[in-house]
Amino acid sequence: MADTIELRDIEVWDGNMAASQALRQVQVDVVAAYPITPSTPIVEGYAGFKANGYVDGEFVMTESEHGAMSCCIGAAAAGGRVATATSSQGFALMLETLYSASGMRLPIVLNLVNRAIGAPLNVNGDHSDMYMGRDSGWIQFGAYSPQEAYDLNFIAFKVSEDHDVRLPAIVNQDGFMTSHTAQGVHTLSDEVAYNFVGDYKPMNDMLDLDHPVTHGVQTEEDWHFEHKARQQHALMTAVLPKIQAAFDDFEKLSGRKYNIVESYNMDDAEVAVVCMGTSVETAREVAEEMRTQHGIKAGVIGIRVFRPWPLEQIAAALKDVKAIGALDRSSPHGAMGALFNELSGSLFNTETKAVLTNYIYGLGGRDLTKAHLVGIFTELKANADALKPTTPLQQYIGLRGPKLSFF
Amino acid sequence: MEKKGWDGFEIGAMLRTFDGAVRDIATTLPENRPYSQSSSFTASVADWRIEKPLFNKDYCIDCQFCWVYCPDMSIISRDKKMIGIDFDHCKGCGICVEVCPTNPKSLLMFPEQKDEESALAEWPKKEKKADTEVKED
Repeated sequence: MADTIELRDIEVWDGNMAASQALRQVQVDVVAAYPITPSTPIVEGYAGFKANGYVDGEFVMTESEHGAMSCCIGAAAAGGRVATATSSQGFALMLETLYSASGMRLPIVLNLVNRAIGAPLNVNGDHSDMYMGRDSGWIQFGAYSPQEAYDLNFIAFKVSEDHDVRLPAIVNQDGFMTSHTAQGVHTLSDEVAYNFVGDYKPMNDMLDLDHPVTHGVQTEEDWHFEHKARQQHALMTAVLPKIQAAFDDFEKLSGRKYNIVESYNMDDAEVAVVCMGTSVETAREVAEEMRTQHGIKAGVIGIRVFRPWPLEQIAAALKDVKAIGALDRSSPHGAMGALFNELSGSLFNTETKAVLTNYIYGLGGRDLTKAHLVGIFTELKANADALKPTTPLQQYIGLRGPKLSFF
Repeated sequence: MEKKGWDGFEIGAMLRTFDGAVRDIATTLPENRPYSQSSSFTASVADWRIEKPLFNKDYCIDCQFCWVYCPDMSIISRDKKMIGIDFDHCKGCGICVEVCPTNPKSLLMFPEQKDEESALAEWPKKEKKADTEVKED
């Protein structure tokens, strides 16, 4: 039996340590990993817990991220609680196996510490890796701070392992800005944390020798479509209610409230930005200042659940604003940003006449400053007043050289 | 297999080998195992074959070579006696014929449509060994 750790009520942890501690507290059976910056300390920390007797499960060092996720898939099919962590190029190498994990309906929790994807090689934070996984069939949560990275791991295990869900889940946190920035994190005791997630309940596991199963079967045009439809049905109908229930339970336990769509100052907001990760916290601060210093009724929508995309909740949250800025921290490479497109899809068949524009920011760890956000809110206010775009639809923010914009 | 809708099967790219729980499966003969409809045991792949092996028990010495070498477990053997061939799963690869040591062979390949009776009727006779004695002149 693993030793417990007596945590202080508030520990000073960065996002990586917070995630690592959460993995220890839920007593994962198998962590298979290949370390990569900036997620390395998650699995390094977990391996330390294992070496020092705080973990009963197995820690498997693999030859690549493709191998790491493949090992996770095998362990999950065998019937264990499974987790790993990665970033950027490592996530890209995992991509093939991500589809296997979700298609095989295996509940695996992946801590994805968001980092740019090269070339040029870059270890700093943006959301390119998060976006790369958006059609892979995984549930995707977004944390804006170490506290949330810690809490959302428990939520992720609880939802992912639910027998009505059985889909893998990613917990995103921003590389370095969250993963390496130490903050006060309110902890749960080992016992309370474990009991929130509960014992792992196997389903169709290969180690149930009385009920032999074949996992990872091949289907062609005769069955493939039906399997994918079943998966989409679970994502579209079962997941969000389970997430809401888990958020409710977690609030009762910890007092910390999470929402499928995080709304800040939205009740009477005239303009709003929609963003993810650490930018949400900066945007909230600036929105407050826009109200007190600039007389602009500014609000912020933070994406808490990126997949499944909460279309109705997003549309409801934005129904009364006049101008919206979609902030994408990933190069769309030949299109509008993903958030812009998702928001367009969410709002198009509604009554709203809101003006929607797109900002590309923060690639490769470039800071999004408060000054940038003041500029964005000011432009959005002009759009709201004009009831049409007064700027190009897609603009680059914080870029050196001549202004870059499209459409 | 029965054509179910998208909501008519268990989740995951997963198939059950048996209907219900099984115990001591290793000591249960295949014909007595509760193979499920989705198990490959219940599916016939006979149409993969263009030639088939036929068995002549008159010459068989029950050496079990064919049983050992068959890559699809399609040689049926009970109590170490060769009984016949599982034609639902035999792919007609001919390995059993190749490894059969008897003279003449107890397994031979025939066209798929050949009936067993006429095959047995025209089975080759024992081949005489080549005369190895050195004749003196």
